[in-house]
Formats: sequence, structure tokens, C-alpha cells
Amino acid sequence: MTTLISGPFNRVEGDLEIRLEVADGQVKEAFANSPLYRGFEPMLLGKAPRDALTITPRICGICSISQSAAAAFALASASGAEMPEQGALVAAILHAAENLADHVTHFGLFFMPDFARPVYEDRPWHHRAVEHFTAMEGSGTRRLIEARAQLLHIVGQLGGKWPHTLAIQPGGVTKTPTASDKVRLRATLRSFRRYLETELIGGPLEDFLELSDAQTLESWGRGHAGLFFEIASDLGLETLGIGPRRYLSSGAYPLTAGRVTRAGIWRNGAGQTFKPEEIVEDLSHAWMLGESSHPAQGQTVPDEDMASPAYSWCKAPRLSGETMEVGALARQVIDGHPLALALADEGSVRARVAGRLLEIARTQIWLENWVDALAPEAVFMYPDPKPENGAGEAFVEAARGTLGHWTRFNAGEITGYQIIAPTTWNFSPRDKGGVPGPVEAALQGAPVRPGETTPIAVQHIVRSFDPCMVCTVH
Amino acid sequence: MNILWLQSGGCGGCTMSLLCAENPNIVDTLADAGIRFLWHPALSIETGQEARALLEAVEVGETPLDILCVEGALLTGPKGTGRFHMLSGTGRPMLDWARALASRARHVMAVGTCAAYGGIPAAGGNPAGAVGLHYDGSHTGGALAADFRDKAGLPVINVAGCPTHPDWVTETLMLLAAGALSATDLDRFGRPRFYADHLVHHGCPKNEFYEYKASARELSELGCMMEHLGCVGTQAMGDCNIRPWNGQGSCTRGGYPCIACTSPEFEEPNHPFTETPKIAGIPIGLPSDMPKAWFMALASLSKAATPKRVGTNAISDRVRIPPGAKERK
Repeated sequence: MTTLISGPFNRVEGDLEIRLEVADGQVKEAFANSPLYRGFEPMLLGKAPRDALTITPRICGICSISQSAAAAFALASASGAEMPEQGALVAAILHAAENLADHVTHFGLFFMPDFARPVYEDRPWHHRAVEHFTAMEGSGTRRLIEARAQLLHIVGQLGGKWPHTLAIQPGGVTKTPTASDKVRLRATLRSFRRYLETELIGGPLEDFLELSDAQTLESWGRGHAGLFFEIASDLGLETLGIGPRRYLSSGAYPLTAGRVTRAGIWRNGAGQTFKPEEIVEDLSHAWMLGESSHPAQGQTVPDEDMASPAYSWCKAPRLSGETMEVGALARQVIDGHPLALALADEGSVRARVAGRLLEIARTQIWLENWVDALAPEAVFMYPDPKPENGAGEAFVEAARGTLGHWTRFNAGEITGYQIIAPTTWNFSPRDKGGVPGPVEAALQGAPVRPGETTPIAVQHIVRSFDPCMVCTVH
Repeated sequence: MNILWLQSGGCGGCTMSLLCAENPNIVDTLADAGIRFLWHPALSIETGQEARALLEAVEVGETPLDILCVEGALLTGPKGTGRFHMLSGTGRPMLDWARALASRARHVMAVGTCAAYGGIPAAGGNPAGAVGLHYDGSHTGGALAADFRDKAGLPVINVAGCPTHPDWVTETLMLLAAGALSATDLDRFGRPRFYADHLVHHGCPKNEFYEYKASARELSELGCMMEHLGCVGTQAMGDCNIRPWNGQGSCTRGGYPCIACTSPEFEEPNHPFTETPKIAGIPIGLPSDMPKAWFMALASLSKAATPKRVGTNAISDRVRIPPGAKERK
């Protein structure tokens, strides 16, 4: 058995170290270490409940609006505040713009550049991967960065800036859009659709959403999505990096009429109800002191001695004792999109990336519809009740999956704040039963070529989850 | 000119913001100025051993380094070991790496308020012992000694902001590449003066409300946010309302207060961020370079003279009374 330490594991958001035990040309065991602890949860104790709206977005510069929305809805759940219908709509537009930007960033800047590596020189698609996705130089990279920057004008316009807007509040949003904002937002979205349809997806989004199984996906053949599916078939990415095939989604975008995608879990090939009370954060392999608990009672006390057998600052959330995979694939499976359902059991590198591409197309269309539904004459924010005592919880769907916030406060001061981020689920360490977290399990069996120090297959698997390590531990 | 970029105890948001650079995009802006990344954790191809080799070559002086950019606070905890942030794959705290590499770089840039002064991770009792590269809050001497100077004699260049505006970073880099940034171009906290010589107040769309102290009472109202909602734009350094964010935004344009995110210790305002502390109904923390008595006198005069239009719009979420009523006759 040989031990490989992979780090700094880059082109993921934040810091990641993967330890691999390798034998017979494959990974036998993998250990995911989140090596950065900043202590956001203890930092919030004693502060005014509303300060979470300013501080928690700064956990993460790529999921900033997700954190902001989760903090706002958690406070609202404690205070009984409600957003007016149009306020919730603008909050969803802000959040979806970030999620869409994150998905394309992951695809073009984090994930695809690995296919331009010399190790694939002999593959028939390699020259196209090099042309489009060479890190920081590819033609696709440049266009993607420009399109992404323009897409985020939506946040500049409705939320002041990205990242770290304070526009989303428990009672709605701080900026009332005008009719001219509405037409400008439409123009921005039309431009982004043009980018998606001519480059990333390569055809009408509505046609792409008609894909319903692995066969139709393989025959898409257009745009960067088509290039990826061609690469995936050639390299067998449909059998690489199989996750737990148990999925969790809290349902994306809480509008007044309900969440836009379904909430639930997927287990043994069927959908079930998501019961948040079944969450436990296990601390057995985290450098954390205290007992495993539900986040409503949880605390964060770092073990300054970093004692074994712990090997990560990340806690290990489990849902009724089981690991769950979260993210775009999970959301689309639980929402019942035919292509996602067809890929649910595949649970592979390809399935995760396909889930994200699917969601890129769907999110663009949602955004267009929501902007059309904007009513500038409406009310966008109600006064915030600001209670002194309370407790609340909220879930939102960040680009990378389910994000939960639990707040409790007394006499105007926060007495407890706990966060479970998407990558806390996906990159959790082992639990007290020794059960590896989703990425750790997905890495078992990954092929290791002679001489590799960070095996290319391991890179594809890890990045297919689109980990956000700064959110993970916070 | 090459850049080595490290991400330490921060959120990565300054890199994410940098990717929002426009006209031209970030890749072309830097390449056209002759600037390239030796390595960037979010963008470069090299991972694991490949990346370690790059860092080691700089550390031993094999690869000359022009600019070290550090994003995120340096974590000194627990117990001064720096082990709250080990640079993955190296078994060494990022604190060590930053110190070693800073001594090799021609220039050192702290990108964002965390790397400059400690920033948000230093809030709430500073659980991880966060400091800036060259400052611990408003005091010199952070991860690097107070007397640190780079090979060109400059202190750490503090491109502070939470996040930084992409242009603040690209223009600082282009000034360095052009050999056009000297110690006098930095303010007393090491910030480039091209943006720190402005106040967030300059160009704020709420200026007319400020003139009359016509104040918003709740977020989403149009009025000035200084009196009730914690806005410190009149004291905060930054050209945020002169140079828009993400096309056309800024915090105050988005309807929420400036929290002075370019300043040391902004993370601990000693009051809720969106609430103005008051003594006997009078906001504390008035513009610092104006005698308080004058300010109060002018404020009470201008309040008394507030036009109905300005007073009405200040407490509304949209313009109720448009300007130019006389024009219509």
C-alpha cells in the first residue's frame, strides 16, 4: 500500500487535501481533509441576530448569496417575517444569477481544464479540449469569463455588488426595481442565453432539456456540453466516481407560491420526504470537541490539539445515519427531470456534470420567466419585526447543494449559530461507524496510473462534486 | 512580470470579484500588461505535487518572483502554531509559507481586507487568531514584522475591500508592472491612493438626501442611511460610487449601508452593522474632519429646509414626488 497526499488540490473553491491509500493500481481508501478553520459559528455568538446577514455571506466568496439567503430565511423563520411575493421573486433572481454563474465557472474554469492535460494527448478530442479549455488561455475560457461577468450585472443592478450583497433581508429586498431595470435585466439575460446557445450548450436550451436518457445525451454533439459528453464516453466517466446514490435537496428558490424545485430525498431508487430533524452532525473524525448532535443544539469547539483519529475540520452530517450527496444532480433527480432520473443510478462523474448542465439550462429559463413576472409597482420589502428572542432554521439550495442555517438568540444576542454547507455533506470525513463521506467513497477504486502523484481520475472525481471548501468548515 | 497567488484564511471572494473585471476581461487585461500567473489556486492547471514544486522553487530562490498576492487572513491559531490553516499537501502552516515567500518577492500585495488587516475572520473574539500580512487590525506588525519592506522598499500594498473591486486589483498590478507605484502612492494604511483618496460618499446617489439629512428609517427606503441604518460612507475610503460594481452597482445603490469594508477593524463596529449608534438621539461617528458643532448646526438648518419632495421620497421605497415640478407648468 502506498500513501499519496494530494494537495494543494486546486481548482476547487478553498483548501483541500486528499490522502489516498493506493494498491494494485487503484485507490483503496481515501480521506478528505478540509485544512482551514476560521470559526464563523463561534464568531457570531453575542452579536445581534441581524449581523448574521453581513457576516455569513463572507464565509464564501462563491456561494455568498446562498449564505445570505439562508441567513435571511433563518431569521425570518425565527421572527415570523415574510417577504412580499415580489421581494421573494427578486431574492430568487439574485440567488439564481449566482448559482448560474457558479455552474459555468465550475464547468469552464475548474473542471474542463483537466482534459487539456498532456496525459490525454493521444485522444481524438484532445486538441479541442486544449483549444477551448487550457487553463486561463483557452478560447472557451475567455468567452466564459466575459459572459459570466456580464451575467453578474444582474446582481450589480438588483443587489449592489457581487459577492457580499446585503440586499436580501428577512422582510424582502432592499432595492425596488423599476421598469427600466426590468428591460435591462431582460437584455442581460438575452445576451447570456446567446452565450449558452452558441457556446456552452451549443443549441436551443429547450431542445437540451428534452434529453431524457444516456443515449440522447451522447448524441447531443453540440457546444462544449457535446465535447464533454464525447470525452465522457471515450474515458468511461459514466462508471467513474460513483456516489452513494442517495440524494438530498431542500428544494430550490422559496417563492411565495412554494419552492421552485421539489424538496426530498432519493434512496433505493425512490423519492421520500426530507425530515430535517433526522440530521446529526457526527464529530468522531473531526477536530471538534463535544457530542454529535442535531445542528439546532450543535456547537463548534475546535480541538486545538488536532488529536487522532480525527483528520479534518469538517464535521460529518448524516441523515438518519446515512451519507447523502447534494448538488445539481441531486436537485434535478428529486425534482424529477427525466434525464436526471435516468442518471440517478449512474451517480458518476458524468452524471454530476450532466446534472449541472441541465440545471444551467433550466436556471436560465427560470430567470427569464421571473424577470418577466417582475411588477415594479409592487411592494418588495416589509418592515422587519426584529425580535429579541427566538430560534429559526432555513434551507436554501446553493449551486453545490443543500445549505442549512440554524440560529438561536436571546435578549438580542446570538446564543447559537450552526451551518451545514453542501460540501460539508459531500466531503465529510468518516463517522463513528467508520463510514466514509460521499467523495471518500466515490474515490475508492479510482484507477492510478504508474507514476501519478495526484491521479487524473481522482482529479475528475473530486472536481465533479464542485467542492466549496471555504463553506465546508466555515 | 509573474504573480504567485495564495489563498489563506479568507472566502475566495476577491478572486471571484477579480474574475468580474471587464473591458477587457481579466485574462486579457493582465496578459496585455505583461503580467502572468506563476500559479493561482483557483485558476492554474497545476495541482498537488506540480503546485508544490512551483512553490518550493520560489522559496529556494530558483524561480524569481515579482509579486506575491495573498488573499485571506493569516491564521495564527491555535496557540500561535498557525495550524488552523495548513497549506494542504505541505504539512506546513500557510503562515510559514506566506512569510517565506514574502521574503523572496519583489512586491507583496494583500488582496482584500482579510489579507490586509485581518478582516471578518478577526470578528467576534477572533477565534482563529486572524491577522493581516502586515497589519493586525489598525496596528502594523501582522504575519510580517512592522518594518517589513519589499525589495523595492515598499511596504505590503494593501488592496483592502470586502471584496475588492476588480479594478483596484488590476490597476495596482498594472501600476506595479509599469514601475509607477511608489510609497507616496499609498495611504497611511498601505492602500493605493487612487481609490483610497475617495470617500464612498463621493457620488453616492443618496447625496441629496444627505444634504437635507432626509433619512431612511428602514432598509428599502430611498433616504440617507447615515442617521439610522449604520451607513459610514462619509468616512469610508473607496471610489465605490464613482466606479460602479458589476456594471452599475454599489452598496448604497443596492439600498444598504456602507460598512467601511476597506478599513482596518471594520468587522467590529461595536454596534449592529445596519444600525446607527446614538447618544441622546444624535448619531455618534459623524464625518471625522468636520467640527461636530458645525455639523449639528448645519444638519438642523438643512433638516428644517428639507423640500417636501426630498422628505417624502426619503421614507418611500420609490420616487413619489419627481423633481422639476415647476417645469410642468
